[in-house]
Amino acid sequence: MPEKLNCQTLLASLSDYVDGVLGDALCQEIERHIAACDNCRVVVDTLKKTIYLYHETAATTEVPIDVRARLFHRLDLDDFIQK
Amino acid sequence: MSESTSQAFSLEALRAGDRTEFARLVDAHASQIYRLALKMLADPQDAEDVLQNTFLKAMQALPSFEGRSSLSTWLYRIAVNESLMTLRRRKPEVSIAGNGDAVDDDDYVPTQFEDWCCLPEKELLSSEARTYLDQAIRQLPEKLRTVFILRDIEGLSIRETSQALDLTETAVKTRLLRARLRLREYLSTYYGERLAKEST
Ligand SMILES: [Zn+2]
Repeated sequence: MPEKLNCQTLLASLSDYVDGVLGDALCQEIERHIAACDNCRVVVDTLKKTIYLYHETAATTEVPIDVRARLFHRLDLDDFIQK
Repeated sequence: MSESTSQAFSLEALRAGDRTEFARLVDAHASQIYRLALKMLADPQDAEDVLQNTFLKAMQALPSFEGRSSLSTWLYRIAVNESLMTLRRRKPEVSIAGNGDAVDDDDYVPTQFEDWCCLPEKELLSSEARTYLDQAIRQLPEKLRTVFILRDIEGLSIRETSQALDLTETAVKTRLLRARLRLREYLSTYYGERLAKEST
């Protein structure tokens, strides 16, 4: 029997919960808790948003053309610089 | 990048020193390695050095690559080590033990309960906000930062992250949770102020 979920024990399952890999039973317990506990609801929502924002900022960075050219040169792959 | 991308390469050709195949490998993975180094080091010149050294080492080590992880994860692993060495060189006064090991349980407990989720996307991802996001990640202890970058920014799985960092999956999960909670605190401070401004 799992002990009754409180704000502290919820934290331990938080990552698995936001990643969607938590078992159904524990998942439902968390949802029941955050429906009644405003602080935990905010923590869950803002944690999801934090991860989302960082993920958004990443996808846009590509290696610049000049950096790529110097990389190929350093690797002795000059003949492959032209794609 | 997913494992399937890596599997598209001929390991046989790479191990044999096939230059065309290696050039393809570089093009497929250069951006992810450059991004990782930029996030770790926050300096374009250092990031470029890490990028070059990563592929130089990969080139030398490929003949002995055993394929226990994907090529992508293996490259991340080399790049993380190169980045960490650069950080060590930068601040030799900081002992390795003191650098990120002092992650106590207090950091775990949320103290900010502002609900800033409702801020408009335009504000959440303004250029000022992006700068703040980068600063916040740099405030994380190294050990938390690497895990967060690989898992949440680069999108590796828990297993891939553990392979890239030579950690157990449990250690990855613990560090990931701490990194996420800390960043949430930093972001709550920042966006909380924005929220307060908006409501006045
Ligand atoms: Zn609660």
